[in-house]
Amino acid sequence: MRDATRYTPVAISLHWLIALLIFAGWGLGLYMADLPLSPAKLRYYSWHKWMGVTTFILVILRVGWLATHPAPSLPRAMPPWQTRTARVTHFVLYLLMFVIPLSGWLMSSAKGVPTVYFGVLPIPDLIAKDKAIGDLLAVVHRSLAYGLAALVGLHVAAAIKHQLMDRDGVMGRMIPFLAPPRN
Amino acid sequence: MNACVAGFLSRWSAVVLAAATLAAVAATSGVDATRSRITATFRQMNVPVEGGFKIFRGTIDFDPGNLKAARARIEIDTASFDLGAPEYEEELHGKEWFDTPTYPKASFVSSGVSSVGGNRFVAKGKFTLKGKTREIKVPFTVRSESGARVFEGELPVSRKAYAIGGAEWDDTLDDEVIVKFRITTAH
Repeated sequence: MRDATRYTPVAISLHWLIALLIFAGWGLGLYMADLPLSPAKLRYYSWHKWMGVTTFILVILRVGWLATHPAPSLPRAMPPWQTRTARVTHFVLYLLMFVIPLSGWLMSSAKGVPTVYFGVLPIPDLIAKDKAIGDLLAVVHRSLAYGLAALVGLHVAAAIKHQLMDRDGVMGRMIPFLAPPRN
Repeated sequence: MNACVAGFLSRWSAVVLAAATLAAVAATSGVDATRSRITATFRQMNVPVEGGFKIFRGTIDFDPGNLKAARARIEIDTASFDLGAPEYEEELHGKEWFDTPTYPKASFVSSGVSSVGGNRFVAKGKFTLKGKTREIKVPFTVRSESGARVFEGELPVSRKAYAIGGAEWDDTLDDEVIVKFRITTAH
């Protein structure tokens, strides 16, 4: 096997692509929601939904890839509570990357504004138009997105701590030009 | 003229009036709004969004054996348009869209109905929306449902022809709006 101290190039590409989509989608979502009705607003909503669908697809690919290409191990020097926390954080991150687009998709259906991927491919409505359910899903979608933001913050802070304080190369597992961990 | 003749005339005219009223009642069926719907589907970037007009009324005279006498008159309260998104409602009542304070009503008044085979018909008539009146053709089918008559159909309506939505919307929102209706008349 190749250098097992790093993620595979596929895993690294998926990670950064999804990271980009999460930042862009999150920012756009926050911005667009309070805009007054305008053509731009509806365009932003469409773009946001396309990002969500793309994220959803990429996350499924990524989980499939992870299942067949295990993540490189963490430094042995890490205290057990940290490896445990890292495992839980990663699991919840995956869960949110999956559930947030899903809640957005369901919300779109409930709000009566279906998702049409890239304006070409209609994504089927899993639930019927229903105002109360739509409003509820909006709260769910928003809350989960804030939860994701908090967790991403923790994830980034932990990576920086590993790089600058522990200097154990954990960040190098996901950033090719940094040194990989020494085990 | 004596009292006898006058009495006869007034009695007679009362009978004529009653008969005429009865005939009008028999021929004209009111729209049963609770069992009817009129919707408009806008399409933005290929995303269809449907809204319904909640308040409308009208009368339809329809006898398949006597199409010459067929008449339809439907009046819609434009402010009752419901997209299911209250945050947009105010916007849709505004000048750019339905301008409901100035034009609270839209209407269709038929001028003639012709058969196009089977239970399919076309009604010609004047459609008025936002103060603009256009001649339109409304294809529809007719069927009976538990003693009531159900008229159903859909037609494309140009947004721009009635100045619904400003020019800045043209890139995002299709000009063609699909209006669907299912109108049940009470018997």
